[in-house]
Amino acid sequence: MAIAYDIAMKEAEPELDGSAPVVVAEDLRKTFGSHNVLNGINLSVNRGETLAVLGRSGTGKSVLLRLIIGLETPDSGSIRIHGQNIVGLALDRMGEIRKKMGFLFQHAALYDSLTVAENVAFPLVHHRKDMSGSERGERVKQLLAEVGMEGNLAKMPSDISGGMQKRVGLARALALEPEILLLDEPTAGLDPISSGEIDDLILKLQRERQMASIVVTHDLHSARTIANSLALLDQGNVVIEGTFEDLQESGIGFVKEFLKQS
Amino acid sequence: MSDRGVIAVEGFNPPIPERRSEPMPSVAGSVTGLVNGFFEWFGSLGIFSWQVFKAAVTPPYEWRELIRQLDEVGSKSFPLVALAGAAIGVIISLEARYSLTRFGAKSMFPATLVYSVIQVMGPIITGLIVCGRVGAGMGAELASMKVSEQIDAIEASAINPYRLLAATRILACILMLPLLTLAADASGLLTGWFAQSLVEPLSFHQFIASGFKGATFNAFLPQTFKTAVYGLIIGLIACFQGMRTQGGAEGVGRAATNSVVLGSLFLILADVVLVKLILVVFP
Ligand SMILES: Nc1ncnc2c1ncn2[C@@H]1O[C@H](COP(=O)(O)OP(=O)(O)O)[C@@H](O)[C@H]1O
Ligand SMILES: [Mg+2]
Repeated sequence: MAIAYDIAMKEAEPELDGSAPVVVAEDLRKTFGSHNVLNGINLSVNRGETLAVLGRSGTGKSVLLRLIIGLETPDSGSIRIHGQNIVGLALDRMGEIRKKMGFLFQHAALYDSLTVAENVAFPLVHHRKDMSGSERGERVKQLLAEVGMEGNLAKMPSDISGGMQKRVGLARALALEPEILLLDEPTAGLDPISSGEIDDLILKLQRERQMASIVVTHDLHSARTIANSLALLDQGNVVIEGTFEDLQESGIGFVKEFLKQS
Repeated sequence: MSDRGVIAVEGFNPPIPERRSEPMPSVAGSVTGLVNGFFEWFGSLGIFSWQVFKAAVTPPYEWRELIRQLDEVGSKSFPLVALAGAAIGVIISLEARYSLTRFGAKSMFPATLVYSVIQVMGPIITGLIVCGRVGAGMGAELASMKVSEQIDAIEASAINPYRLLAATRILACILMLPLLTLAADASGLLTGWFAQSLVEPLSFHQFIASGFKGATFNAFLPQTFKTAVYGLIIGLIACFQGMRTQGGAEGVGRAATNSVVLGSLFLILADVVLVKLILVVFP
């Protein structure tokens, strides 16, 4: 009995083991019609680590993030979150896993009928029924303050700029204190000061909460600051994965070209 | 996840058949395309309905959203439905007086009006009006949420969009349609009586007493409650068309149009079956 219990515990909480990767993707392939977007992607992210995904527009970076949170289904390959393969999981089972994940969409995808504060409160309203209204209000203010948006609680998403929408989207992604953070171009459309603040926030979350993050970005400076490892995508493949220095020292033509242009 | 396929399946429009070198097969090709599109549409509708049903019967129940939708469907349609009912009452009153006088059956007027409004016109007019107002609204709202990734955002927040968005809207339509039908009936009877009483004095009390004389519940209740099925059709089609939308603003417009066109079409087709069924079950 005791042994069986131990095994069950291990399966339920593998993330307690610091060395086990939190997100693992193996040989992911995805096509839309006849368009091959991803041709066998492998990646893995541990607790407290950040992976930056780089690549030109249209190489499938957003599709990769959508696969990891189960919004798209891969044609083949597997995605493991805390050791569990999520491919083919029913919606409500997937929901249990998604509660531990925060997702920032490339275009923020704020609910346009709700105010900024209601957008951030949305996950709390649905999943933290134990919270009182005033506790929730406090939490929303605190989340918005973390992304520098505390002065815009009552505004509608259509009345704020794209960069501000992204920051609200980030606050919403952080609402349930996720263990895994997936960010699609969090600093695109932000001024350098705000982007620096977002980078600091990501570093802080990584340090204090041991969050595992995958960040799609075009900003090499930011990638270098926040990421333990960088992956460069081209034509559906990871061309190279490693530290910024690994990329710099690589002899691959495309990598050199990419670093030079950025 | 296989169960996500529903939303992503291509539209009702059949795929454009491939060009062939021979001239003849293009007709056969487009027919095949049409038939394929038709079955594909029904197949996805079936899977969608199953997803919504599963989500609706398992907790958590989305009471707040349901109440919001009840209000949305009910209060937005009420003035329109009452107005349409009023117009129908006057029309039937005028027509009935003319025909009944010709056949010397003027005493049948109250019963004719009551039966025409409650059994025939009230339900179908309510159904079509709500389909136009609510079907288009829901179709467009969900479609715009779909193309701006808001439905994906709901799903990414670990909330089942079939439960939060579709089940609540469909249930609101099912519950509200019979009530709105009663409103249309009441308003039709009132204006029908009023139009008649301008020509020939007749107290409302007399009119009702003679109109409902000998009537049983079987004559009226099934006709009123069958509109719950209209509600199911309106809500289901609008949510389905909205949540599978693809392709920007144009897709949103298409979803709204399709919600209304397909909704009213299926509503009338369903009525054929429902009328026959009610005649058999409640003779
Ligand atoms: N739902 C979809 N249907 C068809 N094609 C898609 C879909 N989603 C993405 N694509 C295609 O996949 C490719 C990669 O898109 P995306 O991941 O958004 O690129 P990016 O790297 O810029 O984020 C693009 O060519 C896009 O057109
Ligand atoms: Mg992208």
